[in-house]
Amino acid sequence: MSSAFSAINTIQPLHRTIDNPSVSPFLGSTHKLRSFPACNRAPSASWIRRRFSIVAVSDVVKQQKTKSGSSLSNLLITKEEGLELYEDMVLGRSFEDMCAQMYYRGKMFGFVHLYNGQEAVSTGFIKLLTKEDCIVSTYRDHVHALSKGVPARQVMSELFGKTTGCCRGQGGSMHMFSEEYNVLGGFAFIGEGIPVSTGAAFTSKYRREVLKEANSDQVTLAFFGDGTCNNGQFFECLNMAALWKLPIVFVVENNLWAIGMSHLRATSDPEIWKKGPAFGMPGVHIDGMDVLKVREVAKEAVERARRGEGPTLIECETYRFRGHSLADPDELRDPAEKAHYATRDPIAALKKYMIENKLVNEAELKAIDKKIDEVVEDAVEFADASPHPVRSQLLENVFADPKGFGIGPDGRYRCEDPKFTEGTAHV
Amino acid sequence: MLGIVRRRIARGGVNASIVEQSLQKIRNQSLIYASRSYSSASKEMTVRDALNSALDEEMSADPKVFVMGEEVGEYQGAYKITKGLLDKYGPERVVDTPITEAGFAGIGVGAAYHGLRPVVEFMTFNFSMQAIDHIINSAAKSNYMSAGQISVPIVFRGPNGAAAGVGAQHSQCYAAWFGACPGLKVLAPYSSEDARGLLKAAIRDPDPVVFLENELLYGESFPVSAEVLDSSFCLPIGKAKIEREGKDVTITAFSKMVGYALKAAEILAKEGISAEVINLRSIRPLDRSTINASVRKTNRLVTVEEGFPQHGVGAEICASVVEESFEYLDAPVERIAGADVPMPYAANLERMAVPQIEDIVRAAKRACYRSVPLAATA
Repeated sequence: MSSAFSAINTIQPLHRTIDNPSVSPFLGSTHKLRSFPACNRAPSASWIRRRFSIVAVSDVVKQQKTKSGSSLSNLLITKEEGLELYEDMVLGRSFEDMCAQMYYRGKMFGFVHLYNGQEAVSTGFIKLLTKEDCIVSTYRDHVHALSKGVPARQVMSELFGKTTGCCRGQGGSMHMFSEEYNVLGGFAFIGEGIPVSTGAAFTSKYRREVLKEANSDQVTLAFFGDGTCNNGQFFECLNMAALWKLPIVFVVENNLWAIGMSHLRATSDPEIWKKGPAFGMPGVHIDGMDVLKVREVAKEAVERARRGEGPTLIECETYRFRGHSLADPDELRDPAEKAHYATRDPIAALKKYMIENKLVNEAELKAIDKKIDEVVEDAVEFADASPHPVRSQLLENVFADPKGFGIGPDGRYRCEDPKFTEGTAHV
Repeated sequence: MLGIVRRRIARGGVNASIVEQSLQKIRNQSLIYASRSYSSASKEMTVRDALNSALDEEMSADPKVFVMGEEVGEYQGAYKITKGLLDKYGPERVVDTPITEAGFAGIGVGAAYHGLRPVVEFMTFNFSMQAIDHIINSAAKSNYMSAGQISVPIVFRGPNGAAAGVGAQHSQCYAAWFGACPGLKVLAPYSSEDARGLLKAAIRDPDPVVFLENELLYGESFPVSAEVLDSSFCLPIGKAKIEREGKDVTITAFSKMVGYALKAAEILAKEGISAEVINLRSIRPLDRSTINASVRKTNRLVTVEEGFPQHGVGAEICASVVEESFEYLDAPVERIAGADVPMPYAANLERMAVPQIEDIVRAAKRACYRSVPLAATA
C-alpha cells in the first residue's frame, strides 16, 4: 500500500489521499517508484483519523508522527543497532544464496524455500525479542531461525541432513526447531503454525495467571504468508487470541504470491490488515521492505503484547526475489514487478540510510559483508564435514517416553532391549 | 470378570463360602449385576465418575494440567465427564472454547510445546477430523522432527465409535486411523478401572495420547478395588489385560466390544468352548506379545472391533499373529468388524452394522469348527 509513513491504516476506501489516489492498492507494475527513505518527506497533513473505537497502537507512535517537520529527524537507530540489523539481513541473504548454490550441487535436497527479499521482516521483528520469546514460522523458516540466534552452522547442517543439525537431520528445511532459542518450528502446512503459536502465547499467560510466575511475559510471534490468510485456522486463532487477550503478534508476510497464485486472485478482500479489527484487535499495514518501519511498528506491537493488552495483526508488504521454492520455475510473475521490487531491496535501503545519515562508512559495511561470507563458508564446511546420522537414529525420538514402542515378546519394554535400534526398522 | 474374582481371592481376606456363593451368582447372572452380589468391600464406579475423578486428581496434583474443549466448563461437559471441575479449578484451567477444533487442538499443541499439559476434549472423535492436522502433524511428529527437543505431553480425549442412532457422521471409530501413526499413543479403556488408570497414565505421559472413550460405556458401572481408587493408581501403556482366561479360542476386543466379548464367552462356555478374552486397552503400542502368547495357547483367534473392517485393528492383529505365530494357528483368523458401510440411522440397520454378541459367538464357533462354515460377511 502507500509507503509514505502511515503505519496505521484505517478502514478507508482504497484510494488514499496522500500521494497517488488513483493507483491500485496493490503494487504491481502500476505503482510509481518511490525513493527510499520516505523519512525525508513530511508526514501528510491530511492524516486520516482512526474510525474504529479500538485503540490501535499506543499514543507513543501517534506522538512521533505528529512531530513537525520530518518525523524522522531523530534517527530511528543508533549505530550499533544499525550494524546489528545490517549484519542480520546480510547473514540471511548470504545464507539463502549459499543454500541455492548447495542445492544445485546436490548437497541439499527436497523442498527448499528461500527468503531473499523478505529479510526486513525477519530482522525487524526478531531482533526486538529476548531469548525466551518464541517464534513460529512456516516452511520459509531458515532466516527466522538465524535471526532468532540459531547458529548458521546448525541450520546448514540440518539442511544437509547431517546429525549435527539443529534437529539432528530429522527435520529438514521446513522443520527448524530449537528449544534453546525458542524456535517452535518450521511447519510445512500453511496455517498450522498459527494455532501452535497461539498456544505458546496461551502458555505464557497461563504461567503468569495460574502458575503465578510473575515474570512470565514472553511474547510469541507467528509468521505466515498471504495465502494463509484465507485459511480457517487463521480466523479461528484471531478470534481466540483477541478473546483471551493473548500475548501474540500475528505477522503476515504478504509477498503477493502463493506459489503461482496471486493474492488478488485468491482473496475477496486483499487488504489483510482489515481482518484484525473484525476480530477486535488492531490491524496495521506496513512497508515490509523497510526494516526501520518494520522495527518501529514491531516494537509497539511487541510491547503491547507484553503489557497484556492482547494481539496485533501486522501485514508487511514484502516480496520474495526468488521463486516459491528452488523447484519453482517462477514463470507467472511479471518481470517488471520483480524489477520494481529489486529496487526496493531492504539491504540496499538500509545501507543507503546509514551512509546518508553518517552512521557508518562503506568500509565498516564491507567488513561486515566479508565477515558474513566467512561465517557462511564456515557453516558449509562444517556441514560438509559432519557425519550422516547413524542407522540407529531412525527409531530415536519417536516418543519422549521410549516405552511407547510397547512391550516386546519377552515381556519387557522394547526400549530396554539393547539391540532395539539396530537392524531393520521393524518394531 | 471371573479373572477379577480370582485375583481378589488370591489377595486373601475373603471368606471361602461367600466366594462360592458369589461365583455361583456370577455364573448365573449377567456380568453387570453380578458385581453387586460380590461381598468384598469393593465399590462400584461408573466410567463417567472414573474419568472425572482421574481428571480431578491429576489437575490437583499438577497445576500445569488444564482441560480445554467445547462445553467442558459451564455446561459441565457435553457428557458430564468434566462435571464440577470448573467450580473447583476456575475458568483458566477449564477452558470453554468456541467451535474451532483445528484452532484449539493447535493451541493445545502449542501450549504443550511450551511445558503445559493440556487435556483437549473433542465432543466426539468425529470432530477430531477437523483437527487431525494438529494431532498428527504437529503433535505426533514433533518430537521426531525436532530430534527430541520438543515433546508434546498432550491428551486428546473424547467418545469414539457408535452411539445410539446418531447417524453416519457421528459414529465412526478412529482407533485404526490413529493407531497407524508413529508418534501417537492410542488408548481405548473399557471398564472404570481401565478408564481411571489409563487416563492418569495418559496425562502423566510426555507424549501425545489419543484417548478413545465410548459414549455408551459412560453410564456403566464396574467394581473398583481400593487400589484403583488410590490417587497414584496408573496402568501401564502398552499392556493388554486378559479379562477372562480360557483355552479354546482367543477373542481380542477393545472398548465396548470387550463387554460383548465377555458375554459371548459366557454363552460359549455353556456350549463347552472356553474362550479367552483379551481387553487390548492400548491400540498403539499394540500388546503383540500378550496376543501372541494367548494364540499360542489356544491356537484360534477371533478379533472384534466396532470400526470399519478394511485396514482395521483386527487386520493388524491378524497380520501380527500370522507373522509371529503361524504354526500355532489351527484355524484361519476370524475378524469381526463393523459393516463396511457408513453407519445407518434406522435402529434395525444400525444393529446390523455393529457387531453383536451373536456374531462373536458364531465367529468363535467357526474358529473352533463347531458350525457350518459361512462365507465371510461384510
